[in-house]
Amino acid sequence: MNSAQTAVITTDAAIIGAGPVGLFSVFELGLNDIKCHLIDILDKPGGQCAELYPEKPIYDIPAVPVCTGAELTERLLEQIAPFKPTFHFGQMAESLSKTPEGLWRLTTDGGTVIESKIVIIAAGGGSFVPKRPPIKGIEAYEGTSVFYSVRKMEQFRGKNIVIAGGGDSALDWTINLQPIAKRVTLVHRRDDFRAAPDSVSKMRALVAEGKMDLKIANLSGLNGADGKLDSVHLVEDGKDAAAHACDAMLAFYGLTMKLGPVANFGINLHENLIPVNTADFETNVPGIFAIGDINNYPGKMKLILSGFHEAALMAKKAFAVIHPDRRYRFQYTTSSSDLQGKLGVTEAAE
Amino acid sequence: MRIICTDMDGKDHELQATEEWSIMEIIREGGIPILAQCGGSCACATCHVYVDPAWKAKLPEPNEEEIGMLDGAFDVNENSRLSCQMLFTEKLDGLKIKLAPGSI
Repeated sequence: MNSAQTAVITTDAAIIGAGPVGLFSVFELGLNDIKCHLIDILDKPGGQCAELYPEKPIYDIPAVPVCTGAELTERLLEQIAPFKPTFHFGQMAESLSKTPEGLWRLTTDGGTVIESKIVIIAAGGGSFVPKRPPIKGIEAYEGTSVFYSVRKMEQFRGKNIVIAGGGDSALDWTINLQPIAKRVTLVHRRDDFRAAPDSVSKMRALVAEGKMDLKIANLSGLNGADGKLDSVHLVEDGKDAAAHACDAMLAFYGLTMKLGPVANFGINLHENLIPVNTADFETNVPGIFAIGDINNYPGKMKLILSGFHEAALMAKKAFAVIHPDRRYRFQYTTSSSDLQGKLGVTEAAE
Repeated sequence: MRIICTDMDGKDHELQATEEWSIMEIIREGGIPILAQCGGSCACATCHVYVDPAWKAKLPEPNEEEIGMLDGAFDVNENSRLSCQMLFTEKLDGLKIKLAPGSI
């Protein structure tokens, strides 16, 4: 279902964010005959539930006494499956404009273009982006000799590289780049790693064979002119060690959330949140809605269950926008054969 | 009861403290911006603080999970803690902590 088309996609609703609230809005919109495309910067659905706490228990989902972030995501995907949403993962919503026909044109950094009648911003705390080490001047090196991901391994061939971090990404890239790099130095704050035990053993074996270096240290500075790194400064045992020569650095400290391009969509913002009215969760721009952690209104509580409620009210207004010729009919899934038909379930014959 | 929180500019703030609240919640309630993106579930390391060495002994030791999560923080040292994992108690009245890089 993932796609990266270059052709313009036309649909009813474009949802920015595939976290729990974005996912559940597919259900509410689906009951109202509204088709959805979802965009998420992560490579998987679930948002914070998937990225920050997949294994942690959640206790305040109504009627679900306990489930993990991963389980909640699974269940939501199952619940919305009848509506066949299309996902565009690994892409950040980059710009939003209005077409001469009055549609919203949403473009992602992956080249996907979606034209829709409404846009729903369910972006939580914003886009997940790599944590940037708080080193003065690091921006100047980014993309040339400081990286937070590996696009092409070949660019590191024959290079002296420093890999910073102690998780799976740091360990995986250490092992993958070691054979092609001139020398790999893994820098981590402690001699303990939160990564797959097999990767840790492989790394330790490479160190023991003298094929790479491991430094237990904190990064403290970068040196080199014109965005070209020639060494990094390390602090070992609280003492500034000598500069460590290298051509490139890869930093893997996990992800953080930043509001990102949504700030430039022309919607009113207040302290990085989107003010909405509580009747339909529309922003100040007609046709653009904001639900979940990213919105704000008097009394707002950042809870998943609040976002679910917001999705239901948003969907009612969305129906009026998308099906102006039809009269809104309030129905229960318990009793409506119309809704049950949309869900693909057969009524109990009684 | 109170805690003293030093912000990233080096300015001290005296914050009213409530028993059983996490230090992160006390900082946030005191109006000092702190990221704490995961909301206090030891899942993001964006509430990293340094505890004044004089106070360290009065705090329970961090657990494995917190120590592991500190791998996602920067400039970690022996005084590093995640403020969401420290609960305020009476004997911490006057506790001094300093916000660490990456927490705002």
